[in-house]
Amino acid sequence: MSRLIDVEHLNLQFDTDEGRITAVDDVSFSLEQGEVMGLVGESGSGKSVTAKSLMKLNPSNAVYGEQTRITLHLEDGPVDIMSLKTSSDLKVVRGGAISMIFQEPMASFAPAISIGDQMVEQLQIHSDMTTRQATELSIEMLARVGISDASTRFRQFAFELSGGMRQRAMIAMALSTKPKLLIADEPTTALDVTIQAQVIDLMKDLVKDFHMGIIFITHDLGVIAQTADKVAVMYLGRLVEQGPVREVIRNPGHPYTQGLIAALPQLDDLDKPLVPIPGDIPSPLERPSGCVFHTRCPVVIQGRCARDIPQFTQTREGHQVACHLLDPANNDQGTKTT
Amino acid sequence: MSDTPLISVRDLSVHFGVRGGGLGKKPVVRAVEGVDLDIEKGSFFGLVGESGSGKTTLGRALLRAVPITRGDLTYDDGEKKYDLAAIEKGDLKDYRTRAQLIFQDPYAALSPRMTVRDIIAEPLEVMGITASKAETDERVREIAAKCRLNLEHLRRFPHAFSGGQRQRISIARALVSRPRFVVADESVAALDVSIQADVLNLLKDIQQEMGLTFLFISHDLSVVAHVCDHVAVMYLGRLVETAPTRELFANPRHPYTRALLSAIPSLDPDDDSVVDKLEGEIPSPTNPPPGCKFQTRCRFAIDRCRTEEPLLDHAAHQHNVACHRWQELVEVFEAEDAAAKERSDKRHAATAKAEKAKASGKNKGKTKPKSKPGSKGK
Repeated sequence: MSRLIDVEHLNLQFDTDEGRITAVDDVSFSLEQGEVMGLVGESGSGKSVTAKSLMKLNPSNAVYGEQTRITLHLEDGPVDIMSLKTSSDLKVVRGGAISMIFQEPMASFAPAISIGDQMVEQLQIHSDMTTRQATELSIEMLARVGISDASTRFRQFAFELSGGMRQRAMIAMALSTKPKLLIADEPTTALDVTIQAQVIDLMKDLVKDFHMGIIFITHDLGVIAQTADKVAVMYLGRLVEQGPVREVIRNPGHPYTQGLIAALPQLDDLDKPLVPIPGDIPSPLERPSGCVFHTRCPVVIQGRCARDIPQFTQTREGHQVACHLLDPANNDQGTKTT
Repeated sequence: MSDTPLISVRDLSVHFGVRGGGLGKKPVVRAVEGVDLDIEKGSFFGLVGESGSGKTTLGRALLRAVPITRGDLTYDDGEKKYDLAAIEKGDLKDYRTRAQLIFQDPYAALSPRMTVRDIIAEPLEVMGITASKAETDERVREIAAKCRLNLEHLRRFPHAFSGGQRQRISIARALVSRPRFVVADESVAALDVSIQADVLNLLKDIQQEMGLTFLFISHDLSVVAHVCDHVAVMYLGRLVETAPTRELFANPRHPYTRALLSAIPSLDPDDDSVVDKLEGEIPSPTNPPPGCKFQTRCRFAIDRCRTEEPLLDHAAHQHNVACHRWQELVEVFEAEDAAAKERSDKRHAATAKAEKAKASGKNKGKTKPKSKPGSKGK
């Protein structure tokens, strides 16, 4: 496997009427070709804006930090995404090397243009195909994602398709330009479980066939367990834990990840009480100092957690946790409160 | 629990005429069709199904919030008894104080221009339950405390609250008139998991404390499994299976229930036990298939299923299932489960072995590291 993308020290703030809001704070990760990374977090944790930063898709009031480096490794050399300024420069990544599928497929298709015309249009922007070639490829892609009678569906509009079908069409459209990296932003959240299972299977097949990297954004740890190779957990704009999927789900190191798993209703043990994480996620306007999770943390170390930002500690190979409790220097000092 | 159920439904149908059908025959949406249901007093009754299965319409029919096309609907709380299919206006007003609804979206359900106190007090004022402002305030404070909202919260407007807090406000509003029966329609679907657990625990506590009966509508089977004591599964307007929660999750008898259960993604990455993948999607209720409504997606469908609609059949104590073939399928399901377990065990053994090999220094690089026994976590 070779490296696909490196994200280093991603910092993202938004200028708003209430002042400058920090959305992403010093996030670093990398992805290999053919690897699926799950990005987990609650609403407001900054997972969507993190993914959008990879294409610089955030609105114009977004301010990227100076140390932010995002490098995409393509066959003809690395691309420094932060240095791309104009939209014609960005074409290389937007819909070219990187494609994105969104949560609400109804809102992502133009309602008055047929599915086919939208697919052909984007293919022609990213390649020098003729309309006929683009049409053929689009129909082939629709059939590939399991849409029956693809040439009829090609001429239909988004409202004529059911929810699961629209999401499949969205995936077909995203994959038709043969991206190296696919960003899937909650692609199954709006779907019923039976349809969700179909879409998850489809995405697993596609990773094998197309050998692309996927960043899978979701709040559902079950979906992650079934699809991803590795997981990154975000809370309030910071990465609190990352590692291989089995490792993170079986041995969650960060109190937040542990809390997420304890709060999840599971079918194999109906007697297990559901343990909520106390309190609510703070407003981004009132970011806690030190460890961002300390206001809700059940095992906070008095004094330390509110003051110092925890650094990543490697607990096992490839498994990193940002928590003071795991810092070896910290084990003899501080008092635990529960 | 007393003998008479709180809500008793017989052969209930709710149809909607679709407007703008043009000339000729108007298409009819058969949202709920021939449903029989008993909800015992004090039960936490779960209603599950995919979108388009008619679960919301059934919930609203029980509140008399949609017109009923056919069937009998009785409410009996020991004090009052109403025939909901033919209820009079005055009685309906009284029924509204006894039956309440909690909505799905806590962002859309609260007026942005009213303070939390006014939102919670509104049902009391509209229904004329309290005699004075002091009494209203008393009731509002009492219910707010139960829903863990403090006095400071009551003075604020909804925009200042997070999703979980807003849902607590909606719950307080629904409960302030001291209803006996509450319909909670996807009340945790819009919340994050960490908050969802909190709201579920709150609903459960309040239900026990106030002796309420809940109809909990949800598409999420794992949530239903944790809070409900009895579950009904709906598909295309019909009930396909009803049973006590434990019985249903241990021995699902209907192929649809089984498919729904196996579609839930497992938290175990090595779990390969998925045996039942449903193809296709739920058909349109304007044009339901003949015979069993599930036959178009059912892998066990035979000719009989395509012509004759199955009725709810008694499978075990309180366990009813609407499938022609449920008795033959019991063995099929058992064999499948055994095979799936074997596969899953093999995979677990393989991962464990690979990790052992890795731990002892032979770094193969392919498999992922896993826990050693004795470490913390799950």
